[in-house]
Amino acid sequence: MALGLGCTARPGKSRENKTGSWRVFRPEFIADKCTKCRMCMIVCPEGCIGEDAEGLPVPDYDYCKGCGLCAEECPSEAIEMKKEEK
Amino acid sequence: MLEIMEGSHAVAKSVGLCRPGVIAAYPITPQTHIVEALADMVADCSIDAEYITVESEFSALSACLGASAAGSRVYSATTSQGLALMFEVCFNCAGMRFPVVMSIVNRAMGAPLSIWNDQQDSISLRDSGWLQLYAEDNQEAADLHYIAYRVAEDHRVLLPAFVCFDGFILSHTYEPVDMLTRKQAESYLPPFKPYHRLDAADPISFGLFAAPDYYMEFRYAIDQAMKQARSIIPEAGTEFSEMFGRDYSGLTEAYRIDDADCAIVAMGSICGTVKDAIDEMRNAGKKVGLLKLRAFRPFPEKEVQKALAGVSTVAVLDKNISLGSKGAVALEIRDALYGSQITVLDYIIALGGRDVRKKDIATVVASAEAGVGDLFYGLREEVLK
Repeated sequence: MALGLGCTARPGKSRENKTGSWRVFRPEFIADKCTKCRMCMIVCPEGCIGEDAEGLPVPDYDYCKGCGLCAEECPSEAIEMKKEEK
Repeated sequence: MLEIMEGSHAVAKSVGLCRPGVIAAYPITPQTHIVEALADMVADCSIDAEYITVESEFSALSACLGASAAGSRVYSATTSQGLALMFEVCFNCAGMRFPVVMSIVNRAMGAPLSIWNDQQDSISLRDSGWLQLYAEDNQEAADLHYIAYRVAEDHRVLLPAFVCFDGFILSHTYEPVDMLTRKQAESYLPPFKPYHRLDAADPISFGLFAAPDYYMEFRYAIDQAMKQARSIIPEAGTEFSEMFGRDYSGLTEAYRIDDADCAIVAMGSICGTVKDAIDEMRNAGKKVGLLKLRAFRPFPEKEVQKALAGVSTVAVLDKNISLGSKGAVALEIRDALYGSQITVLDYIIALGGRDVRKKDIATVVASAEAGVGDLFYGLREEVLK
């Protein structure tokens, strides 16, 4: 978010306004524990978890709001929520 | 040209000469004559403004906020309970950095209901982010509106401004006032250039949401703008002085203070009485002076320190009381003089329109010299039993 005078912003859809800036806790994915079950991709309300060539989950931090659902639902506890450092 | 006119009409005429595009106000004693006169000017086309009639002060200032966002120079006026009803919008105007100028015709706050003068209303908006200028007489009340617009609209400031003057004592009193001509007003106050504005072709949102990791930075920015105004107000005042010969070059004004032992600090119309009382005390050999605050927000800390450096006692006349603490002006003066050997004593005075005479000022000075202060001056004895 830019510090526009008087807290102003230009309008735009999420392509311009990256909702990931709201995040307080950041999901971190531990590849060693991941079974590639894809549960995180299914439960993510933003639909912002994709996968790499090996099928491991890859979040898009531009849009992840840090809700923590993926970490809550992950059957193998392969996702840890860590305080965001801004 | 000097004209004898009512304070309210002098202010209304000056506001007209400031050429606001939108005026929105709700009538309330003792502000009514100002907005009544402006409504007349709009109706007879002597000024080119939109006059929005509203159902409350909350709506009046909200309309002003919207019109300012749309890029218009705007004006409102209110007092006391009317200002209280604007409380929320006041913070929004400052936060969104809209240079609204509003006359505050100072009046006591209810309950109990009082239509008479003190300065509790504007003082209670102390922390809202509005510049606060106080006028001593009708001439100053009229002139400060030009200066207020100049400073508020300056892109180095961009904050709303109160021009405060005492209800009835000034607003309903006839005095000679030298009005600027239209040409003079136009040469001093150019058309409003908004920093940014609502425009369907180039959309923008104001006053958005700031999460905890950004909110403080916006408050800091307002505080910085306030501090910046400490130099912009004298700059605009000096230019006014050079063009029209009336001196508003300072955030404060000193009267016979250079060799004074005791200084009175006050704001508004009471300063006239204080000056007369000082002349009498000086004739009787007492070294007394006055420091008048023209700007209360931003608070002129350095000017206060400089002006009061040579005195041993300061008597602050507060036409307000921060209940449970002290008068707002005295708290500021004590803060400014922290670490010095100067005694600062507070006198809560003239609340709810109680008259103050020269002899009262002399009594305050005598009390201050005896080290007796921090009290309500002139209370009825029965409440002290």
